[in-house]
Order: sequence, then structure tokens, then C-alpha cells
Amino acid sequence: MDTDPHFPRAAIIRDRIQEAPTVFTLRLEPEGDTSVPFRFTPGQFNMVGVMGLGEVPLSIVSDPSDLDFFDHTVRIVGRVTGAMARMGPGDRVSIRGPFGNGWPMDATRGRDIVLVSGGLGCAPLVSVVNYVVRRREDFGALTVLHGVKNPRDLFWKERFSRLNGIGGTRVFLTSDTGGSGWEGAVGPVTNLIENISVTKKTTAKICGPEPMMIATVRKLLDQGLAEEDLWVSLERNMQCAAGFCGHCQLGEMFVCRSGPVFRYSEIKNRLGIRGL
Amino acid sequence: MTEESRGFLERERFRELFDRLVLRGYQTLAPVVRDGTIVYEEVSGPEDLPRGLRDLQTPGSYRLEAGESGRFFSWANGPQALKPLLFAPREILWETRRESDGALSFSSSSPSPRPLAVIGIRACDLSALALSDRHFGKGPFPDPGYALRRRDLFLVAVDCSHPADTCFCVSTGDGPEAQSGFDLALGELDSGFLVRSGSEKGRELLRELSLPPPESSMEEALKRQADQARSSQTRRLPSRNLRNALASRPDHPHWNNLAARCLSCGNCTSVCPTCFCFSEREEPALDGHSSLHLREWDSCFTAGHSYIHPGPLRGETRFRYRQWLTHKLDYWHDQYGRSGCVGCGRCLSWCPVGIDFTEDLPLLLGEPDGH
Ligand SMILES: Cc1cc2nc3c(=O)[nH]c(=O)nc-3n(C[C@H](O)[C@H](O)[C@H](O)COP(=O)(O)OP(=O)(O)OC[C@H]3O[C@@H](n4cnc5c(N)ncnc54)[C@H](O)[C@@H]3O)c2cc1C
Ligand code: SF4
Ligand code: SF4
Ligand code: FES
Repeated sequence: MDTDPHFPRAAIIRDRIQEAPTVFTLRLEPEGDTSVPFRFTPGQFNMVGVMGLGEVPLSIVSDPSDLDFFDHTVRIVGRVTGAMARMGPGDRVSIRGPFGNGWPMDATRGRDIVLVSGGLGCAPLVSVVNYVVRRREDFGALTVLHGVKNPRDLFWKERFSRLNGIGGTRVFLTSDTGGSGWEGAVGPVTNLIENISVTKKTTAKICGPEPMMIATVRKLLDQGLAEEDLWVSLERNMQCAAGFCGHCQLGEMFVCRSGPVFRYSEIKNRLGIRGL
Repeated sequence: MTEESRGFLERERFRELFDRLVLRGYQTLAPVVRDGTIVYEEVSGPEDLPRGLRDLQTPGSYRLEAGESGRFFSWANGPQALKPLLFAPREILWETRRESDGALSFSSSSPSPRPLAVIGIRACDLSALALSDRHFGKGPFPDPGYALRRRDLFLVAVDCSHPADTCFCVSTGDGPEAQSGFDLALGELDSGFLVRSGSEKGRELLRELSLPPPESSMEEALKRQADQARSSQTRRLPSRNLRNALASRPDHPHWNNLAARCLSCGNCTSVCPTCFCFSEREEPALDGHSSLHLREWDSCFTAGHSYIHPGPLRGETRFRYRQWLTHKLDYWHDQYGRSGCVGCGRCLSWCPVGIDFTEDLPLLLGEPDGH
């Protein structure tokens, strides 16, 4: 971390894209002293603040080689995200970050990447998709397994279908409920795992609600994937994002600092325990 | 490590210590009685300090009682000591202004504290301070407010002669005598204080006081006093190192027993000298052009502490009590190299329902159906 985690700077909204009724993307450009460039790796996050309301942790979904701006894709769930939804080009937010450790991108260069996401669309993995697609020749096969509760929870439907087939990328979608017009599978995202074959070259990156991650991990381990090649991204309440406020603790870990991405073998003892 | 100097300060000359601190520009805090408890406040001399006072503490109760001795420090502790002086209960982190063109500007309101001297700090408080230093001082960007207040602190510790019934610092290895982290430490006798230095700053001040060396009978009397203080403590932890002993028992039924008593009020976390949680929030000005971003002490006993949409991860008291105790006695070892409990007993006395975890620990560590 090169920037002061305790003090914000301003960023101006340059663009706003409505992705779905309750999901939007903000393209932000840092303002003020730009002598310290905004550098990050996929999986890292910012604390993004709305003046008078507060800050929330949001993953950075744009590509780290775009130096002039960065994107956040946000789902409206409450106060701060609701206020952000009403903002548009020219409006300003505050930014602290980037925080956390991010996904192991350099360390997984050359490997076959399997991304599994569930629940309400998983922003931390979007950055990985973008990253790999932009550096296609640096990675082996890319497989995206994405599950939603309900067909109407799926956004980026077009983007997913555009992705499918390009450079050997395969995208599999499933919905817990199905419904008319739904072309993907019906059932939990773990059912999609049968579409992949695990080899020594496979690395899996998983993000979603804890029970979904645990079920996915089990199935991948059953298929012979090593614990060391499994990565998960966690969510906790975060106030400071710098290892001081105590809110993000999971066992001995401050998720904001030693996470939010963890190698499964490092975190397995702390997963799946209610109320931990 | 600086060399230790020692001297004897007669009770009649106690004032000179206060005067020296004032000369050096310190705002001097010392124990005074407020609302039936002992708190640290600005004083001008020994006449502001209570004398002969005793504290009667048991789980769920704290009472002060006048005593016979003319001693200044014949009590153990009050609800707070150094924590609120360094980790402010409420602190403004920055102010945001929105200019007429919509641009945002931020200004930090760093406190400019006067150097503080605190007289009467105990061994447990010093251990807690060392732990807070590790927490708030870590990394390339330590906590700015804490670091600022910490920088110019002068600490005059006192060896405990009269532990409360709730104290168990002997079993945690933190007391009753001040071991390190002080500038000066006092051992109190009826006739005065044996003063020893613990830092270069302390040595200098001691030199200025030009005290006579202590007599060996005084040293012996203090040693007997410390031994007595040690043997008066009846409470203890089952082990100094409970790493993985609690974390490996998240489903132990005794957590339910604790949860049935705990009110989830968070008193324990606010009196605990090592609890560090805080939350941040905005306080917008009514005109809408500016807003303060502040932080306040928080507690893992609140629902908001673990809230992520659509609800708290620790919705039940069972999970909150388990988090508190497991963090304190178990996870702390991985985080900062030792237990987070310094045995001050505050969380016992100030718990409205008198939970005493030294009694619950053997049950939590025992077989689920054991007796
Ligand atoms: C590392 C990390 C990365 C994230 N990345 C994204 C992202 O890219 N896109 C996205 O839409 N969401 C993301 N989230 C979740 C997002 O932070 C929450 O949806 C958001 O905090 C909700 O705020 P609110 O005020 O609108 O909701 P409310 O329900 O009003 O919440 C009140 C407060 O609780 C806290 N809170 C509530 N839900 C969460 C949560 N899930 N995680 C952490 N704190 C929460 C916040 O402090 C919030 O201000 C991420 C969370 C984490 C921890
Ligand atoms: S846990 Fe209780 S006894 Fe231990 S340091 Fe905290 S308040 Fe004192
Ligand atoms: S002080 Fe007692 S009742 Fe209150 S949260 Fe702590 S243990 Fe529970
Ligand atoms: S968010 Fe404050 S410690 Fe992690």
C-alpha cells in the first residue's frame, strides 16, 4: 500500500452505465494530486464515500493497465449504494484505497482459470474476467461458471454471450429457479462443475455467499483440485479497511488486510462456522 | 535499555514530582474520585488525590471505601486508564467540503495535544499499552491520532499493593509490579515512595529530584508487599496461552450458558484496555456543504459490528460473546504474539450481570458434558 489509508481523495464520475435495474457501473477519475498514480491489482477494493452518508467497500472491476480511470460496479442494497445510484457524470465521491491483496494474477499466469461465482453477481471476479480476456495469450483455458437465484438477477447477459467461444473461453450460466426464456441450466452453480475437467494446470477462483463457496470447494476438491489452487474472496463489514477498526475480523485475520482474497488452504478452518 | 536509577521520595516531597512535570510542560493527570469511581483527571498536586481509598470489586459491582492509611495508591483500578487518553472515544478523522463548483476538498483536523503525564498507571495498564502500540502503531501508516498522542506521554507507574478481588494479573504475567513501559515507577510505603526509572526521560527527572538512595529495609518491605499482593489474587486463567483452545470449540454448549446471561451491552468491551474496535460515520452539516467523518468506539456486542447486507453475521449473543472471548484469549496470539487479556478484571466488575469468565473458562475447555 503506497497511499495513506487514513485520508480520502476526490474522484469525479465520468460515466455511468445502468447494467440492470439495480446494478450500475461508475467510471471514476481521481482528482487533485495525481502525482501518486492510482495502481491496483484485480480483486483489490476501494472505500468509496458519499459526502454526508458514509463509505462502502467496492471492488475495482476495470483493468489495472487503464491508468486514467477505474470502474466500480455497484448493486443497490441500502443507504450508500442507493445514494450512489442517483449520482451521475460530474458528481464527486471520496476514495480511499486501493486496499487488500487481490487475486494472484501473476502467480497464475499460464494456468487454466476456472471462475465460479454465485449469488448476486460477483464484482471481485469481474475484474479477473476482464484481466484474462485482455491478456488471452498469458493464460490457458478460461471457464466462467456463474449462478443466479433468479433469471432476472442476471446482468451482463450480452457480455457473457459475447465472451463465450472467444479464445476458447467458455461461459456456463445457471439459475436456481429457471423460468420462461431462460437458456442456461437450472439448479445450483455447483452443478456446472461437471462441465470442466480439473488438471494439474487448473486454478479456481471463487466468490459468492459462504455456503455456495463451501459447496463449490468440496466439489472441486472431489474432482482432484489441490487446496493450494483454490482461491476465495470474502466479504465482511469494513470501516477502516486498514487493519485497525476490527470489524472485518474472521478468526485471527483482518480480512481487509490479509484478504479479501485467500488461498483456500489458509482459511479453511474459519469457513462454514455460523456466526464466526 | 537504559540503566535504572533509584531513589527514595518522602511523602512530604511528593509535590516535587508534580512540579517537575509542570516545569517540563506536561499536563499532569492523576487519579481522582468522580461519581463513585476513580478516573484520571488534571491535577495540580498531591492534595487533589484521594488518600486511604480502597476499591471493593466483585463481579458485577464496584464500590469505593474510605480507609485508614494515608496512602495514595491503596486501590487497584477504575473503569478506564490510558485507553481513552490515546484512542479517543470520539475523533474527527477529516472534514469534507463541497465547493460551489461541486468539487470536494478534505481537511484533516489532527489534534494538537499537549504532552501528557499520567501518574498512577498500573502494571496491567502498561501491558495493555504495549499491546495497543502494536495494534495502532503497525505498518507503514500507523493510526495518526493515536501516534500523535502517544509520542509525548510521560508515565509514572505505581506497583499494586492492594489488588482488587477481581484482579488476576499474576496469572496473565502482567503484574502486580510494573515491569516495563514506564518512565518512572513508584513503590509506595507509609513513609513515601521508592522511585525507579524506566527510561532516559525518567532518569533525567529523577536526577533533578536528587533523592537519597533507598534503604535496604525499604526494598525488603516493598518486596514483602508485592509478595502479599501476589498471593492475595485468587482468580486465574487456566493457561496464559489459549491459542486454538477456544477457536477449536465454537460449538461448545457452554457458549449458550454464557449467552443466556450476557445482555450484549458491551460494557466489557468499553472498559477493557485492549479492546480496539471503532466504527466510522458521517455527521453532515445542516447546510449540506460540509460533513465531518468521525470515528467512535464500537463493540463486537452490537448488531452493526458484523452487519453485511441483509443482516448481521453475529445476530445472536452467543456468537458475539464467543467472538469477544475467543478474540481476546485466542486470536490475539496470532495477531500480536500474546493473549489480549492483561488480567485487570475490569470486565468482571463492570458487567451488569457479573459474568466472570475465569469461572467459565474451565467449563469451556472441559468436555461438553463434564461437571
Ligand atoms: C471487499 C468488498 C468488496 C465489495 N465489492 C462490491 C462491489 O464491487 N460491488 C457491490 O455492489 N458491492 C460490493 N461489496 C458489498 C458492498 O460493500 C455493500 O453492498 C455495501 O456496503 C452496502 O452499503 P449500503 O449502505 O448501501 O447498505 P446498507 O444495507 O444500508 O448497509 C449499511 C452499512 O453496512 C455495511 N454493509 C452492508 N452490507 C455490506 C457488505 N455486503 N459488505 C460490507 N459492508 C456492508 C456498510 O458499512 C454499509 O454502509 C463489497 C464488499 C466488500 C467487503
Ligand atoms: S478481558 Fe477483562 S480482565 Fe482481561 S484485560 Fe480486558 S477487561 Fe481486563
Ligand atoms: S459486560 Fe457482561 S452483559 Fe455486557 S456484553 Fe460484556 S459480558 Fe455481556
Ligand atoms: S476493515 Fe477495519 S480492520 Fe479491517
